[in-house]
Amino acid sequence: MTLHPLLRRLVRAIPIILIVAVLTFMLMHLLPGDPAAVIAGSDASVEAVDRIRVQLGLDKPVVTQLVLWFVRLAHGDLGTSLVLDQTVLSAVMERLPVTASLSAVALAITVPFGVAFGVLAAYFRGTWIDQGVMMLALLGVSVPSFWIAILSVILFSVTLGWLPSSGYVPMDQGVGQWLAALIQPASVLALFQIGFLARMTRSAMLDVLDQDFIRTARAKGVSEWRTILKHGFRNTLIPVVTVTGIILSLLIGGSVIIEQVFALPGIGRLVVQGILARDYPLVQGVMLLFGITFVVLNLLVDVLYTMVDPRVRNE
Amino acid sequence: MAGEMLLDVQNLTVQFRGDAGWTSAVENVSFQVGERECLGLVGESGSGKSVTALSILGLHARRTARIPSGVIAYRGQDILRLPTRALRKLRGGEIAMVFQDPMSTLNPVLTIADQITETLILHQSLSAAAARQQAQRLLDMVRIPDAARRLDEYPHRLSGGMRQRVVIAMAIACRPKLLIADEPTTALDVTIQAQILELLRDLQDELGMSVLLISHDLGVIAEFAHRVMVMYAGRTVETAPVRALFERPVHPYTIGLLAAAPRLELDTDRLPTIAGSIPDPASIVPGCRYSPRCDVALESCRNLPPAMGSAEPGHLARCPPRLAALGFAA
Amino acid sequence: MSDVAALPIREFARPRRRFRTLRKLVAHRSFLFGATVMVLLTAAAMAAPLLTHIDPTAMQVRFRLRPPSAAFPFGTDAFGRDVFTRVLYGAKLSLWIGLSVALLSGAGGAAVGVVGAQFRRLDPLLMRVMDALMAFPAILLAIGLGAALGPSPSSVIIALAVAYLPRTARLVRASALVIRELEYVEAARVSGAGNLRIIWKHILPNCMGPLLVQLSFVFAYAILADAALSFLGIGTPPPAPSWGNIVSEGRDYAVEAWWIMLFPGLAISIATLGMNLLGDGLRDVLDPRLKVEG
Ligand SMILES: Nc1ncnc2c1ncn2[C@@H]1O[C@H](COP(=O)(O)OP(=O)(O)OP(=O)(O)O)[C@@H](O)[C@H]1O
Ligand SMILES: [Mg+2]
Repeated sequence: MTLHPLLRRLVRAIPIILIVAVLTFMLMHLLPGDPAAVIAGSDASVEAVDRIRVQLGLDKPVVTQLVLWFVRLAHGDLGTSLVLDQTVLSAVMERLPVTASLSAVALAITVPFGVAFGVLAAYFRGTWIDQGVMMLALLGVSVPSFWIAILSVILFSVTLGWLPSSGYVPMDQGVGQWLAALIQPASVLALFQIGFLARMTRSAMLDVLDQDFIRTARAKGVSEWRTILKHGFRNTLIPVVTVTGIILSLLIGGSVIIEQVFALPGIGRLVVQGILARDYPLVQGVMLLFGITFVVLNLLVDVLYTMVDPRVRNE
Repeated sequence: MAGEMLLDVQNLTVQFRGDAGWTSAVENVSFQVGERECLGLVGESGSGKSVTALSILGLHARRTARIPSGVIAYRGQDILRLPTRALRKLRGGEIAMVFQDPMSTLNPVLTIADQITETLILHQSLSAAAARQQAQRLLDMVRIPDAARRLDEYPHRLSGGMRQRVVIAMAIACRPKLLIADEPTTALDVTIQAQILELLRDLQDELGMSVLLISHDLGVIAEFAHRVMVMYAGRTVETAPVRALFERPVHPYTIGLLAAAPRLELDTDRLPTIAGSIPDPASIVPGCRYSPRCDVALESCRNLPPAMGSAEPGHLARCPPRLAALGFAA
Repeated sequence: MSDVAALPIREFARPRRRFRTLRKLVAHRSFLFGATVMVLLTAAAMAAPLLTHIDPTAMQVRFRLRPPSAAFPFGTDAFGRDVFTRVLYGAKLSLWIGLSVALLSGAGGAAVGVVGAQFRRLDPLLMRVMDALMAFPAILLAIGLGAALGPSPSSVIIALAVAYLPRTARLVRASALVIRELEYVEAARVSGAGNLRIIWKHILPNCMGPLLVQLSFVFAYAILADAALSFLGIGTPPPAPSWGNIVSEGRDYAVEAWWIMLFPGLAISIATLGMNLLGDGLRDVLDPRLKVEG
């Protein structure tokens, strides 16, 4: 039996999601000592600890807990926050627009700049343009994002007063204000991925530009830029699409830190506050949702991938 | 003999940037291609055939290659001094090229139609629809069955022979005056090779093109070319009308090549072998480059650069001792 | 399994080659720069008690929020602690965490990779677990694990080591799969060499080059990620100085006392940059197929 490649990927994603669920279950059991005591805090009474133990089912054997965890997940129940008066799912849904907006705006900044810089670096390979792009890529993996975020706030919000330094405005209160609130955090977030995308685009581009069909295009009298964009770039779309999927994951991961600096009430801030408040059921549920999101995202990238490559598309 | 010269290459030198500075891959090469003529270019791998061919279209990378001297005159204008825009007009329009490996010379993400019409739209300003019709006629011309359906396919669906036909269709799309075919059949099966060569010959007649045919295969050259140029280590060693070259070769290298090819009619896709190997361009002796492998080399061969001498009209060889022995004044 | 087929065989184990490798490394500009930065930083971190006589946690409220001066080269923080001293002691912690994460994730990744390659029955499960871990961006995984383990340097080390382990495991597994099929390894097996011996004598030495390259980058990531974790309050808890928590504490004074957050941030950047450059050099020399030309 041969499965369609996409279906095969889908089937492979299922065990990964199951393993993610087991791993997130294990998070609570990694706590050194008695998890109930840790969650309750050092000054909690014995009764309070016992109440938490029973509430979280920690009094049952681990295997039973795991089974119950899956039963709950099967019912779409990701648990209930200990601190917020909310289920994990509703807490996440409430904050989803913030993180989604932030990541989307950051992606919308990253892709055009990253791709353009990559193509330019490949075209002007060995020149200062190329070196500049490679330097940006190097700094992107060497400079802490939270530090740049603070410096950016000092410059653009405090000194110049151009942009708000913190907070989120929902889109239905005006797209302009929404964008004004997001542009600075999203740009900082994007800055760290632009270099990476540019570097990947550049190397894909250099691989392609070395190929015979590029010479064929030149031999046909196609102009240099058209050769690069039509014949070269189209062929780099495949690796670039894959990298863009990775970058979206990285942007979501990076948003956890950036939301903290800009006080954006997103999922990242939710998780950090959960950790600081020892709200483990919340952390567990959010991590699981993150995990599922990333697996699904990879799947979507595979779908896109097959749409870009005629050799796979025609299968 | 062929008529007026379409292409006149004089003293072409091409150098590449290497670890030890610039080294010449082609040095002082001169040749002509007449109207409707086919010039064959032979030589071992690495002798500089492709480098020569690519120079004609200015296809060397500017960063790593340079042409310090020489003239490539196409219909009287020097291609090497042409502005980019004018050069692009020539490429694909007046001078077209067919490359060795059809598996890699077509763009995998563009359809056959995209790739053929691109040339037509570019050089003949055809509308997309007209270009598409023309592309279909071109596929018919290169004898691709079911052309209408093939137009919208991607290269990976075609066999090697079919792809080379598409490449040829692309090359002849604008009815070029000169077709450069760089080992157009080397990558193909023997049976397909014959078909492709036949196609090329028919097209040459039909379209009245001149052809610069590069090949390892002396059989192909014997059958196809009017005149032949033999290259060795970046230099021309002998150039002659095809019969003269095969019947009265002068240069020991040419003689070696002919001797190594058992029967001319035979389709060999391998290079005839002569003992030894082509020298690395960076470590070349001051005298005749073939002298280290030559059976009849004299002391002077190793030290003095040999001059080109004439054996008979249109038959030149770079081997003074042999020319002298045969009674031609060097 | 194209990633397997594409792997050339390296002979890192031969001493003569190693010598040549060393010479190439010394001639590599960015390696030299990165290595120099790292050596200087390490030396400064080791010599911290000699370079400064101030206790990194000593509060001197009368000197609070002093700008950089001869007495306090990087200024003082809100508690009057010397920022220079804190950054210097922070260096020790950061480098220690970077090194430990590199070694731990290297050892763990090598173990998982080799086990996956040698014991085919375990391989699918191991690789799915690695896939599941790799689905998360490393920083997020480290945040989750760090949360579970509690805020302390050792839990940061474990969290980051686990976060970077899957990539190392995949790398080692891929090399091991190629190497175990080689004739001389087959021959060793036929002549009765046990699994462990084959792993130790053939597989590990052969993937040492790419592994070293990878781990140098893990070192760099770990410095950066550790800083992020302590910035978020998940890493080293105050008052012990770590680069991340100094920035975090300085954040509230970023406008009026910019020096508190500026210098530790620079320190993070310089250390990570140095390690990345060192890794670039190692990659160019030990693993040239990955070289970024230009
Ligand atoms: N882009 C380049 N950079 C550096 N050297 C090159 C380049 N292209 C060709 N050369 C060198 O020029 C010499 C001639 O190469 P060329 O490709 O012209 O040989 P050829 O006669 O076409 O051989 P083949 O029959 O194998 O195609 C070779 O020594 C080759 O190494
Ligand atoms: Mg060639």
